[in-house]
Parts: sequence; C-alpha cells; structure tokens
Amino acid sequence: MISIESLRFSYPQDGFNLQIPAFSVPVGQKLAVIGPSGSGKTTLLNLIAGIVAPDTGRIQVAGVPVHEITDAGRRDFRITQIGFVFQDFELLDYLSVLDNILHPYRITRALQLTPAVARRARELAEQMGIGDKLQRHAGDLSQGEKQRAAICRALLPQPKLILADEATGNLDPDNKLHILDLLFEAVDQHGATLLAVTHDHELLPRFDRVVDFNEFRGGSAA
Amino acid sequence: MIDSFYIAWKYLLFSKARSATLVACITLIAVLPLALEIILDESEHQLVERAEHTPLLVGARGSALDLVMNSLYFADEVPELISMLTADEITATDLAYSIPLYVRFQARGFPIVGTTLDYFDFRRLRPAAGTPFGLLGECVIGSAVARELGLKPGDSLLSSPETVFDLAGVYPLKMRVAGVLAPTHSADDLAVLVDIKTAWVIEGLVHGHEDVTRSRDGSVIIERSESNVTANAKLMQYTEITAANIDAFHLHGNPEDYPLTAVIALPHDDKAAAILRGRYQNADTSYQIVPPADVIDTLMTNIFRIRNVLDAVILFVGLATLMALVLVFALSLRLRQREIDTIFKLGCSRLTIAQLLGAEIVIIAAFSSVLCLLILSVVAHYDQQLVRALFI
Repeated sequence: MISIESLRFSYPQDGFNLQIPAFSVPVGQKLAVIGPSGSGKTTLLNLIAGIVAPDTGRIQVAGVPVHEITDAGRRDFRITQIGFVFQDFELLDYLSVLDNILHPYRITRALQLTPAVARRARELAEQMGIGDKLQRHAGDLSQGEKQRAAICRALLPQPKLILADEATGNLDPDNKLHILDLLFEAVDQHGATLLAVTHDHELLPRFDRVVDFNEFRGGSAA
Repeated sequence: MIDSFYIAWKYLLFSKARSATLVACITLIAVLPLALEIILDESEHQLVERAEHTPLLVGARGSALDLVMNSLYFADEVPELISMLTADEITATDLAYSIPLYVRFQARGFPIVGTTLDYFDFRRLRPAAGTPFGLLGECVIGSAVARELGLKPGDSLLSSPETVFDLAGVYPLKMRVAGVLAPTHSADDLAVLVDIKTAWVIEGLVHGHEDVTRSRDGSVIIERSESNVTANAKLMQYTEITAANIDAFHLHGNPEDYPLTAVIALPHDDKAAAILRGRYQNADTSYQIVPPADVIDTLMTNIFRIRNVLDAVILFVGLATLMALVLVFALSLRLRQREIDTIFKLGCSRLTIAQLLGAEIVIIAAFSSVLCLLILSVVAHYDQQLVRALFI
C-alpha cells in the first residue's frame, strides 16, 4: 500500500530534518507509529497524504507516485484515497454532524454527493452509534461522539488508506479502546490500511505492527 | 460538486450576531449617501418647483426665508404679521392680484392655512371629494391629512390651542370638513385650508356667543343698561359654527387691520412685477417683497454646500467602516485558520477555500443589498414627509 524510498524532507527554518531510507506498509495492515515529539511522525503522515512534498525520494501510495503528481492531483488523490482522522477531531462546529460527515463531498469536484452517498453516511453513523445525533451541531457532541463523527467523515469516501494522527489522544481510557475498536472494525470492513500515530503504548498490542521513529535513524523500517 | 454557498450559509447562520453586524455595517454605508441623495433631490424638487410658481410674496420686513418657508411650505416659524390692508392695497394698484395668507394655527399637527378661494385656482387645487369651503367654519383638507387622520367630507376637525396653558385663550374651533383635496405632492397635501375669516375665528377676532341681550342668567350679566350689556367670562362662546349660530358671529374692529402672515402677489405682467417690487423696496416701508425663487435659490446653495460636507463625512465614515470590516474579516480568518487548515488537509484547494469565503461575502452583500433597497424604497415612499420633517 505504502512504499517510501530514500526520502528526505526538511524545514530549514526550524533545522528539522527527516530521512527515511526505506519504509513500506502492505495492504490491510494496521500500523502504529510511535516516537518522541518533534521526531516527524505527523510530517510523515503529511508526506504520505501529499500535503507536503518531499525534497528528494519516492513515495508511492496505492500505486500512485505521490511525489510526482501535481498539487491538484495530490488534492484529488488525498480526498478520494485517504481518510484523515485528527487528534482534535477537526469538525466544524457550525455544521450538523451529517453535514460534517458529508463535508469532503461539498468541497471538491472529485467526489459526487449523491443520495446513495447520503444514505451511506447515515448507515455509517448508525454503525458508529451516532445515528440519532446527525442533525445536532458538532459542537454539541461529547468528545467520543465527535471522534466517531470524524471517523465517519474519514471512512465515507471509502478510502484505501486511513491516516490517524493521535486519534485517541483526547479521549478518556474507556472511549480510547472503544473508538479504536470501531476504527479497526471499519478498516476491516472496508479493506483499508491503517497508519496511526500514537503516544499511547497501551494501545500498541492491538496493532498488527509498530514502527518506532527511532528506527529511521538506524536504517530502514521496511 | 462544490457547495460553497451551502457551507457559507451554514456558517453565517451559526454566527448570527457577527453576520448581522456585518450586514448592518455594509447596509449603513450604502444607505446613508443614497438616502441623502433621495431626500435632497426631493427637497430640491419640492422647494424649487413651488417657489418658481409663486411670482412674488409680500410680508413684514425680517427674514425673507422665514416668510417664504411659512407662506409656501407652511413651516412652523411664523413671520412678523402684516394686515389685510396690504392685500387690499396690492389689488388697488391694478398691478397684481393678491391672495392673503394667514398661516399660524394648527389642527392636530397640521398647519391651518387661512386664505381665499383664489388660492385654489392659483395652486390648481381641486377637491377629490366634497367641495371647496363655502361657509365660515368649514375647511378643506389635503390628501395626506385626510389619510393620516382618517377624515372625509362631513367629518369635523378641531383646531389646536396655541399654548396648552393659555386658560384665558380662545376655545378650539370645531371645523367641518367640506372637501378633501386630490394629492398634489406638495405642502398643500399636508394643509388644512380655511377661509381667511375662519382663521380669524380661530384667533378669536371673529367670534360668536349667546345673545347677551336675551340672557337672564344673573351669574353671566355683570351690568345691564338701556344701551349696553356687560357679561363676564362665563358667557358661552360658540366653538362650532352651525346654521343655527352662524348669524351670531361678528367682527370686532376694522377688518383691514386683521392680521395676515403674507400676501401672494400675482402681477399681470413683468412690467407690473417690476413696478410693484420697486414700491416695496423702499426702505421706509415696513414690508418686503420677495421673489420666492431667489430666496430658495440661496437656500439650495447653502443646502448643497452642506451636502458636500456631508458627502465628505459619509465618505470618510464609509472608508473607516470598510477598513473595520476588512479588519473584522481578517481577524475572523485568523480565528478560522485551523478550520481552513483542516479542510485543506481533507483535500480542498486554496482556491476553493477562497471560494467558500467569497460565498460568505456574496451572501452578506446580497442581504445588505436587499436591506438597502428596502430602506431606500421606504425613504423614497416617505421622502415628502421626510423633507418636511427635516428641511421645512
């Protein structure tokens, strides 16, 4: 699913340098990425998603050479192939839960909002246990409910890859496990690949594979 | 599909106070100069047209502007009084016709214009209902007066006392509405026209009361002799002129000395006008003769000078408000930076983000435009009343 070779990326103003000689993730794997703050975990997600471009090296996701395509191409690729789940949920308070889930469909021409998509959004919300909250404003939900809505938003376009940036970081212990279960269930159901950045070592045994960012200093993490 | 307007609408709806403030500010910036333009245009139209149709005005020396504003637009400021003799003298010169005016009293907030039937011909006034006044105590009301007070021919209208606390003053006169004028879009729409003698009745110079020679009420009669009867204030004064008591109304003193506020002089030709003006321009007379068009021309020059100042003030206020709006918008963008970053991360282009924000501006501008049009249509609808309230 993901293949990275000889990647170099830097923020010259911060003196930040990221080097990944080789890194790959097979289809369907649930991978956890751990490492100290500032080591570049979120930057890795941004590189894979095409939000930022590498200085040198190759990134291939689902057969798409992300490092080669144009900005517009990367945006279309991102919104159709990748589902992003953020630590702070990043829902828009002024939209209802349903509108938040459908939001990716309203901001790009790459996705078509059809009645079937709207129906799928409702079904997804039912599965996630927020089917009765669809008309409420996102700001009125609990933390757990917000993250469920954010996962629905990430899964609705049926992405091949789900990137989760500390998706359980703001949740209480019970909610953490429950949300992770829901995320894993949804990933399995959609046959997607999951790459999750986390600081929570308690959750690591549940993943198929764990990559420590410190490994990159010593060589590849293939 | 990009639903910029849907998302923008949801945001504006969610931030109601902010949206309403922005709409109000933009509306205000647009409405102020445009409404001022409408009002000033209407004021110019009203003032100039009426002034140009009034050849000459004779009144007491003093403020020519007060004289013109009172005589043509029935403004509250009453000029020094002249006498009925002035009107007779003008007619006697054979140079002009004269129409007396006595504009001093009010009825429920509308000016009572004491004049003669010639005034109707001169201003081309015609009743839309009823007839012109024919009897003492009758009035003809302007279309706006009829509309606002809900009056029609046959109804009655009470004159207002000049001062509320004048206990010894004259009783208000209950006037019968003889007719309602067709709309003229001039000051006449807001006037209560009465015969000049009725105006004098309102002042108490012409009055009617019970016949003291027949009264046997000891509490009314102070002294009675063969040739004279003296009554006290208890003597009943008539406050309405009817067929039964009209004969009891009588003048005291010489009618030539009765007051007027002005006389409209209608010269037979330009030469007559020049001669007439020459006579009254003599510094020894206590009168002045003015062509209202000249007076209004001076007034308009001053109004337009003020208009320029106002335009400049509005421009500066508008610029300051626009800058404040830009600042509000910039700050709002900063507050929403995280939201913008999120939708960018989801896969939205910078252009689409600009489109979303542009849609918000378009919606706010559209609401402001609709509000602006509504306010301007209200201003345009009531421009005559506004002009009267603001300038006349």
